[in-house]
Amino acid sequence: MSEHKSTYEPKTGIEKWLDARLPIIRLGYDSFIDYPTPKNLNYWWTFGGILSLCLGIQIITGVILAMHYVASADLAFNSVERIMRDVNYGWLIRYTHANGASMFFFAVYIHMFRGLYYGSYKAPREVLWLLGCVIYFLMIATAFMGYVLPWGQMSYYGAVVITNLIGAIPVVGPSILTWLQGGFSVDQPTLNRFFSLHYLLPFVIAGVTVLHVWALHVTGQNNPTGVEIKSKEDTVPFTPYATIKDGLAMILFLVMFAVFVFFAPDALGHADNYVPANPLQTPNHIVPEWYMLPFYAILRAVPNKLAGVLLMFGAIAVIFALPWLDTSKVRSMRYRPVMRWFFVLFVITCVALGWCGAQLPTDMVFSMGEDAQGNPIGLSVVLLSQLLAAYYFAFFLIIMPWIGLKEDPLPLPASISEAVLAKH
Amino acid sequence: MSILTKSLKAVAGAALAVSLMAAPHVNAAENFKEPEAPKEGFSFEGPFGTFDQAQLQRGYKVYREVCSACHSMKLLSFRNLAQKDGPFYDPKYKNPNDNPIVKQIASEYDIPEIDPDTGDEATRKGTPSDRFVSPFKNDEAAKASNGGAIPPDLSVMAKAREGGARYIYSILTGFRAPPAGLTIADTQHYNPYVHGSLATQWKGDPHKVPLGGVLAMPPPLADGRVTFDDGRASTLSNEAADVAAFLEWASDPHAIERKQTGFAVIIYLLLMAGVTYIAYRKVWKGKH
Repeated sequence: MSEHKSTYEPKTGIEKWLDARLPIIRLGYDSFIDYPTPKNLNYWWTFGGILSLCLGIQIITGVILAMHYVASADLAFNSVERIMRDVNYGWLIRYTHANGASMFFFAVYIHMFRGLYYGSYKAPREVLWLLGCVIYFLMIATAFMGYVLPWGQMSYYGAVVITNLIGAIPVVGPSILTWLQGGFSVDQPTLNRFFSLHYLLPFVIAGVTVLHVWALHVTGQNNPTGVEIKSKEDTVPFTPYATIKDGLAMILFLVMFAVFVFFAPDALGHADNYVPANPLQTPNHIVPEWYMLPFYAILRAVPNKLAGVLLMFGAIAVIFALPWLDTSKVRSMRYRPVMRWFFVLFVITCVALGWCGAQLPTDMVFSMGEDAQGNPIGLSVVLLSQLLAAYYFAFFLIIMPWIGLKEDPLPLPASISEAVLAKH
Repeated sequence: MSILTKSLKAVAGAALAVSLMAAPHVNAAENFKEPEAPKEGFSFEGPFGTFDQAQLQRGYKVYREVCSACHSMKLLSFRNLAQKDGPFYDPKYKNPNDNPIVKQIASEYDIPEIDPDTGDEATRKGTPSDRFVSPFKNDEAAKASNGGAIPPDLSVMAKAREGGARYIYSILTGFRAPPAGLTIADTQHYNPYVHGSLATQWKGDPHKVPLGGVLAMPPPLADGRVTFDDGRASTLSNEAADVAAFLEWASDPHAIERKQTGFAVIIYLLLMAGVTYIAYRKVWKGKH
């Protein structure tokens, strides 16, 4: 809340001395102790805190891994295995880091869907949303480059497929591709620069996260009603109320995290990535990690490579434009009886696109016999991907602006307090 | 608006139904038999599973006497065999390099070295810190001896194939005569558990292409191929199960420690969650 006045009072001499020179304790106090949070925040709101936990875990485990990892095309695979076998608790650090990426994306997707459902991107929170989108984009880049580092088959061919997308750009594409790969194919220079950038980008993410939290503290948090804070009655101080709730959610999240790390550490990965990279032997299926599958399905939905690349990047770009595509005056879909169902359909679409991304485009979802040439008739994966991709874009570009104008929203509560009382 | 809402609900339901229907879908391009565990199962499967040390010892024997003729295990050192949960682990020797069995095994190998006085190539007896000795000097030699195919390194084999130890067991026991109508080259060996597509080699009904694919490796194990020191019957199934268990251990030697740590971590987290929940209820009392 911009109008929130600092209530921090330095008590000890050292605090007073520091406060007059660098009011950093005041900043922490105002941001994480006295900061007023809406009192009706539900558990979907705990994923912001969970995401900072994820970033912290990734950076700490990553820095330790970098102490043992060797960014060499000849040694990378074996150095990762050395971490798994010979480094003390190396298996724990590496499995935490590898599964941590999946947990990070799981949390960020919930965080984004939450923002979408409750209209957290709408004025005055556009910059907050944009910064979040920047973080998400950086996360994709970081995760992709991180997946290349073990230099297994999937690492290598993932890098080949994704960098070659740039080559689809007319005229300058091939030159940019060579510049990106550091040569005429994915090789040692590519691995070395990916390692460098994979180490750099998390700190950029941390920086943008600071901006994200700053923007959040300027506008104040949105809440499930989408009604702005009107009085002190609507809020509770961040500590202890939000800290204990976020803390509980983090612990439960860590339980799920631990189940993967300790009992199914390779369940989210691909067996082929335990085969050392071999430029002469392409794997049967090149599949990205699960969190990128929806975009992979959109990429493959169109037969033209350039169009596919544009659509895939468009699918991310359109998320940035969301604040200006939504015409509704009401924030929360809790009070938007029509839009809410389009939202449910959108979530299903994203999951289904993810499923399509893991299949071969020519596979059949279900077939209804064969034509004269013996080709199966029915719903193929590529056709389903096209339908889903069409809905994905229609959701942002048509449904959002159109329903916002047409829909009769339900009556909004006068304030957060009233909404809370009405529940009881 | 309510009609619109209702129809949207119907559409959402239908979409969900379609996505669920699609779930048990069979991959059209690759058809293979699902890998199976041996009848007696694998002791290391499941959250409470542990390695059977006697089985790991037998499995190592199968690897050493049969597999190692063609397959390297470059990521393993002899000392690994004496590590906690390893085939020859003995709690008397905290330092695996001191384990006499492993010292003995290592000393049976000649390790190439450079004579420090003359610079000439020489050999010395192996020690526990040495890596497993590879059967071929380089990839070219491996290719030359194996009809152009390099036998893959087995260090992480159980993690590098879907199905892990079950896949290895199934492949080793799964070789059989190709069904009539399937053209197989002399250098190829049919196996229904291999991930492959035999459509181009199949003459019969295109809807009934046999499951599986071909391997360059001939069936390596057979009844009586390896004699076990502990009297276990040397059947094909026993040999395959034991070596699959050994390769599972070699791929993930810290698996037991990992699972045991996991229980401690999760119990700790759940206790903390309980305490935090009580605190949460107390803090928020009257605020909701």
